[in-house]
Amino acid sequence: MKFSEQWLREWVSPQLSTQAMADQITMAGLEVDAVEAVAASFSGVVVAEVLTKEKHPDADKLNVCTVNDGSDEPVQVVCGAANVDIGQKIPFAQVGGVLPGDFKIKKAKLRGVESRGMICSASELGLEEETSPGILVLPESAPVGVDFREFMHLDDMTIEVDLTPNRGDCLSIKGLAREVGVLNRLAVIEPAIEPVAAEIEDTLAVNIEAPEKCPRYVGRVIKGVDVKAETPLWMVERLRRSGVRSIDPVVDITNYVMLELGQPLHAFDRDNLSGNIIVRLAQNGEQLTLLDGQKVALRPETLVIADQAGPLAMAGIMGGENSGVSESTETIFLESAFFTPLAIAGQARSYGLHTDASHRFERGVDPELASSAIERATRLLIDICGGQAGPLAECKSDAHMPAPSTILLREARLESALSKKLASDDVTDILERLGLDVTQQAEGWLIVAPSWRFDVAIEEDLIEEIARIHGYNNLPVRRPAARLALRSADEGTLTQAQLRRQMVARGFQEAVTYSFVAPELQAALLPDAVSPVLANPISADLSVMRASLFPGLVRAMEHNLNRQQTRVRLFETGLVFNGELDQLSQVPMLGALACGSRETEGWSSSKERIDFYDLKGDLESLLGLGGNLEAWRFEPAEHPALHPSQSAEILFNGEHAGWIGTLHPQVRATLGLKVDAVLFEVRLDTLSQGKIPAFEALSRYPEVRRDLAFIVKDEVPVQALLDCAREKAGDYLKDIKLFDVYAGKGVAEAHKSIALGLTWQHPSRTLNDEEINQLVDNIVTQVRVQLEAELRG
Amino acid sequence: MDHLPTLVSEARDAIQAAHDVPALEELRVRYLGKKGEVTALLKGLGKLSAEERPAAGERINQAKQTLASEIDARRQQLENAALNERLAAERIDVTLPGRSRAEGGLHPVTRTLERIEGLFTRIGYDVAVGPEIEDDYHNFEALNIPAHHPARGMADTFYFDATRLLRTHTSPVQVRTMKNSELPLRIVCPGRVYRSDSDLTHTPMFHQVEGLLVDEGVSFADLKGTIEDFLQAFFERDDLSVRFRPSYFPFTEPSAEVDIQCVMCSGKGCRVCSHSGWLEVMGCGMVHPEVFRHSGIDTERYTGFAFGMGAERLAMLRYGVNDLRLFFENDLRFLRQFA
Repeated sequence: MKFSEQWLREWVSPQLSTQAMADQITMAGLEVDAVEAVAASFSGVVVAEVLTKEKHPDADKLNVCTVNDGSDEPVQVVCGAANVDIGQKIPFAQVGGVLPGDFKIKKAKLRGVESRGMICSASELGLEEETSPGILVLPESAPVGVDFREFMHLDDMTIEVDLTPNRGDCLSIKGLAREVGVLNRLAVIEPAIEPVAAEIEDTLAVNIEAPEKCPRYVGRVIKGVDVKAETPLWMVERLRRSGVRSIDPVVDITNYVMLELGQPLHAFDRDNLSGNIIVRLAQNGEQLTLLDGQKVALRPETLVIADQAGPLAMAGIMGGENSGVSESTETIFLESAFFTPLAIAGQARSYGLHTDASHRFERGVDPELASSAIERATRLLIDICGGQAGPLAECKSDAHMPAPSTILLREARLESALSKKLASDDVTDILERLGLDVTQQAEGWLIVAPSWRFDVAIEEDLIEEIARIHGYNNLPVRRPAARLALRSADEGTLTQAQLRRQMVARGFQEAVTYSFVAPELQAALLPDAVSPVLANPISADLSVMRASLFPGLVRAMEHNLNRQQTRVRLFETGLVFNGELDQLSQVPMLGALACGSRETEGWSSSKERIDFYDLKGDLESLLGLGGNLEAWRFEPAEHPALHPSQSAEILFNGEHAGWIGTLHPQVRATLGLKVDAVLFEVRLDTLSQGKIPAFEALSRYPEVRRDLAFIVKDEVPVQALLDCAREKAGDYLKDIKLFDVYAGKGVAEAHKSIALGLTWQHPSRTLNDEEINQLVDNIVTQVRVQLEAELRG
Repeated sequence: MDHLPTLVSEARDAIQAAHDVPALEELRVRYLGKKGEVTALLKGLGKLSAEERPAAGERINQAKQTLASEIDARRQQLENAALNERLAAERIDVTLPGRSRAEGGLHPVTRTLERIEGLFTRIGYDVAVGPEIEDDYHNFEALNIPAHHPARGMADTFYFDATRLLRTHTSPVQVRTMKNSELPLRIVCPGRVYRSDSDLTHTPMFHQVEGLLVDEGVSFADLKGTIEDFLQAFFERDDLSVRFRPSYFPFTEPSAEVDIQCVMCSGKGCRVCSHSGWLEVMGCGMVHPEVFRHSGIDTERYTGFAFGMGAERLAMLRYGVNDLRLFFENDLRFLRQFA
């Protein structure tokens, strides 16, 4: 909300500079966003009267005028505005004056005629943004010779406050003045609002059919209104300084009263209404053309103002085009109603609307304000546009009016909440100045909240009010006391931080990618994935929840490849989303991607490119962190994003835990990627399961090692060979090393040689050759039977 | 016998002239070996009279010892020289970079989150996390934001359907933790949050850390103390000014926005703080009784405070990053700066 400092100071004027007052308001919770001068700086402009006007001898569009600027002699000035006329009071820039933009006024000759000054338009004075069509004509009462800035009270500031949604009561000068009054312990001077006596009998019956949404509706007919009258300059100025453009006097007056008191008003053209006013819910199929020309289909939960013929306005949001005031309007029906916050909340937004009225009604307009606001508006209307007022027509449902909250504020609770004992008189004073009805009791204060404070309902609300006015920064500071309970230290669990650090140590940069991805990207990588789709994405590119970390990592790799980064090693941790909403799993994963050279460029590094085994090594270093490497296995398996011959399912204790593999060449082609990449992703809950070390006594007896090389068919996985060997190696096998894999010369076609080094050791004696030979024989036999593998000669 | 001095003198010259250990060894054999010249003199002692023998023997033995120690000294000299030569030949360029693989690095947001978590866990807070696809109840209702509450307009929410959404803050984790934990409770909840906003200063996803402390007798003063301590510790500035401005969040009462003295200009006023000298860095407040009621906590016995902050904002201030969007582009040239 924007407001004029001068306007506020008419209600309450603390002895504070503008900035000090703005700071004070900010620190009371009404955050001041901006403080700006209401007019650019200019000087040497006075109120003057046009005395004569003649056509310029050499220019059709120019006039030669003389003006009385309060000096001894009339001053001759050439003026190009079409609207200049004898007798007008106008802002006159004298020679020596400076207009906004550092425009200096000098004596000049225009087509041979001397001009000693300039008659100004509003835009030339920085009072209007758009170029004004003519000079600014001042009221007849404007005193000649007076400095224009003084006359217009232009030494004023527009203050913009960013109000939180609970403070609808501050969306008016009245509300802001109340706050400033409390903060400075000053009385607030409210302008007296006298009821306007009815001069005519005309009235319009109001029938509220939805009293729970509109407990109160006040209306009045005003006849003989001249809608072509001009809005007085002071009002235009106040509106302007509040960020509201002047439109016509009726709209201006309703806006003015809304800004002043906080009550949104609406004016109908009486002659376009047929029958009674009905406040009701919209009916299915009803339509309404709004004031902004938009035609909307009304939904049945929307409150409307209707007549016999149908909806006239969307209650509390926007009026209709057909029932609105136009140039030909003579009789007005003025509406001042209380629509409950719940009736309006969400409605405007659901139609894509947001108006000053809906903004206020959603947050709560004082239900007791309707009558005084309509009286205020009537008075202004009659003063400005003439006309005669009819009697107030009010329809009210007491049962549905908001019940004022009665709250007990306990002194002890206040003290313990703030860790400070405040003087009881100060508390009473603050509460009373806020407009609360206060009764002091033994325990504390019994409060009845005022009708305009929708946010004061419980004891904590009052504590906040006291704290806020007292000043948060005047309250004590201490450190919380805590009972120091030790928690069991989860030694067997690896933290995400440890896992991340390991990836960093292996040369990976951590990425953070959006959790929503482009559907095409996800489909290219995971054609079968089902994951939730946003109903209102920010863009189609960010519309489907990632079912894997792969899409984000691939996209991040692409971003870097496109920026001359050829070696990319990224990892990410985060949730992946799988399944329909009702069977959704949100699982934390760790994923990684690598492409480019194995090593960074350097004097000793090879230029070899990364392959599957590099990334598998990185992954194994992660799996090994928990000391639990045996629990993990890699099974050849196919994944749509991965090369079918270079991909594995990762199993933890036999359960699926993730995938690793080379990016599928076809997927690569689809995505337009030029380089090979290897990726993995693993469930974080499995990665974090380490084990607690268990000591085993060191044997004092010698180790026995036997190296065995087997020839097996190409497709036999090493893992199978290891499993066989382990199965038959007996209880005292300490270790198997896989120390060579070879294919080529000396090994039959489609076969490979795998060399294993087996080490045995007995805890309490020396193993003899016979028993080891027996175990080796068993292994060889088992491998032959199960894998058709032969010992290499 | 008379030629002993000449012999010793010759031998000495020869020892000094020896250029390597084998040559020296040859000299040893030649003079001191079994058939060596000095040894031969000793053998010749028998030809002397008994009176002459002791004195001559002593002279020869002395000469033998002299030569032996000269040979040893020369050997030592030669060995040292050889070692030095070898060491010189083995010189490497120690200024060449080492043969290790390049390290990676943590994302600046993670780095920031870990620091924040660390500050709080060190004084007894636990870290709690939760789902990111939430329901209306946990994200709004339980936090005292009923349907149509104007505060729903404060956070532009991503929806999947009428009730399921991407969490707009990590507060749902607090709700879930309060329901499932014993009191007192001290937690921080870091994580991703989502709002449908995208421009220069907003990304549709960002990270928050929220904190919650529930205990008996917790007051607004405890909240102020905690926040002040935290901000001074985070920015590592004991003299950092912190101020609390009344504000509004449906789930806290009283509520406050927290400003710190601008860390870029030390409060003098600059572009970053819009020349105000202050930076808004977080929101906080005392937990609203309605929120406690949703979790079945006795509001007469327990009070608590909650706070929340944006990790990217703090990271930007801490590291001087001037464009929020960089955090999610994952450009290696950006990421490497935080290694």
